[in-house]
Amino acid sequence: MKLWKLKADKLLLVAVSAFAFLLLAVPIFVLVISGLGSRAWEGVPESSSILTATLLSFASTLAVVCLAALLGTPLAYLLSRFEFTGKRIVSLFIELPIVMPPAVAGLALLITFGRRGFIGAWLADAGIVIPFTILAVIIAQFFISAPFYIRSAQVGFSSVSAEVEDAARVDGAYGWQMFWYITLPIAWRALASGMILCWARAVGEFGATILFAGNLQGRTQTMPLLVYSVFERDISAAIWTGLILIVLALVALFVSQWFAATQDRLD
Amino acid sequence: MPIGRCLRTVCVIAALSLSILSTLAQQKRTLTIYAATSLTDAFEELAAAFLEHHPEADIVLNFASSSKLAAQLLAGAPADIFASANSAQMDLVVADGRISAGAVQSFATNRLLLIVPADNPAGVSGIADLGSKTLLLVLAVTGTPIRDYTNAMFASYNDEYGDDFAKRALANLVSEESNVRQVVARIALGEADAGIVYQTDVTDEVRDDVIRFPIADRHNQLASYPVAALDDTALPELSEAFIVFLRSDDGQSILSAYGFCSPPRELDEATAEPTAESSQDKPIEDETEVAPCEALEAEG
Repeated sequence: MKLWKLKADKLLLVAVSAFAFLLLAVPIFVLVISGLGSRAWEGVPESSSILTATLLSFASTLAVVCLAALLGTPLAYLLSRFEFTGKRIVSLFIELPIVMPPAVAGLALLITFGRRGFIGAWLADAGIVIPFTILAVIIAQFFISAPFYIRSAQVGFSSVSAEVEDAARVDGAYGWQMFWYITLPIAWRALASGMILCWARAVGEFGATILFAGNLQGRTQTMPLLVYSVFERDISAAIWTGLILIVLALVALFVSQWFAATQDRLD
Repeated sequence: MPIGRCLRTVCVIAALSLSILSTLAQQKRTLTIYAATSLTDAFEELAAAFLEHHPEADIVLNFASSSKLAAQLLAGAPADIFASANSAQMDLVVADGRISAGAVQSFATNRLLLIVPADNPAGVSGIADLGSKTLLLVLAVTGTPIRDYTNAMFASYNDEYGDDFAKRALANLVSEESNVRQVVARIALGEADAGIVYQTDVTDEVRDDVIRFPIADRHNQLASYPVAALDDTALPELSEAFIVFLRSDDGQSILSAYGFCSPPRELDEATAEPTAESSQDKPIEDETEVAPCEALEAEG
């Protein structure tokens, strides 16, 4: 009786797990199969829109990752090293974009940086209009994806033990020196893994971009926007772009996990 | 085995909620209607009016650009009725075999309108400015009915404003929105300088945020809205009843309250003649100017 019950439980566990896995895996599998089956690549040479969108995506996400590293690293370091009042609130705001709907983020960006926006109106007076430009694409992607880098970098910095930094300080290292020669070499894998996650999220960003930056080929149309704009009239271009995005996401996940794994081994 | 018990509980809850959902769905006969974005407000009221006569039924409305809806229907999405903003998208579904050609009927017409933000930042005074000024123009995405009508309208202006007018106007394009209501939103927010929409898209909510410029009859495009029940509908009688209601006087009066015109009784394209253009390049202020159905019918 006991044995039977054990078996039934195990069976249930496997069945539910298999169902959950299939739910996640089958749509990706079908997209790949139908892309290969319908010979999606044969329709591609005519649609230069894929090349344009790919270049635009790469340019904007490169800028996003650089910005995240430049602005996010000091913030992550600050959060990992210092205690201050309101730190919880700051952390909360940094992580909010990870869970908030991107369309809401786009709306918030539009009423802040739009031509009539809180800050945008003032910029417009100075002759700077952000919506419908690649700058808007970069801001939207940064808003959504930078938290992934900041969070990962913060964890990386926290893993550098206080004793190591104290020892370096005893040896005369200070400020920048200590960061460059002690903290960064120890935490770089976490930072690199965070940059890749940030990049991958930026490449996939859709909702905030289409709301804030608009959608025009060669101007603001990134790869996810292309998929959405053309799927009803050029399904092969949409599937093909989708396949590229899936491959990019897989590579990013793989590399990011590899960094995380080697970091664990070091620890 | 705590995990097993936990899993069993999850399964029981999942099964229960599924069965509750399915009984809820079966209790009422639910009519699923796919309708073009420009029909949003009118169809919400039409659905409410129809349900007053058919309390046993329920209606689910799915609004998107006609091209997106057609793509969904071609992919096999379940629906009972398809109301499109042009015949091209309806023809796609007919060609696919989910709607028989004989079932398609026209139920309304609409036309194009130029809108700019209330403070008119680019100083637009009519269609001509789209080709001569540098401004932020937003249009619906290529492939939507309104974009086809807009392109045809621009091309029609070429003989008046120069051969490359359409090209010059499209050079000002900064964003292609996935449906026409998003074009209205961009203009109402003041983020773009000009947009082309259907006259019915300027609803009460946004009327004060935009300035409307009429487009001359001989360049304007008469958008005819076809409707049909899908051949594979599980509710053929109810679907038919809704379409009859749509074309009835009651249905037409609701549609006209939202600025739609009735379908021309007999379309005779050959007799179409340009009418006087006194109202051109003057913002619309008087409400009676917004729905010149009589002028349209005389033209058609």
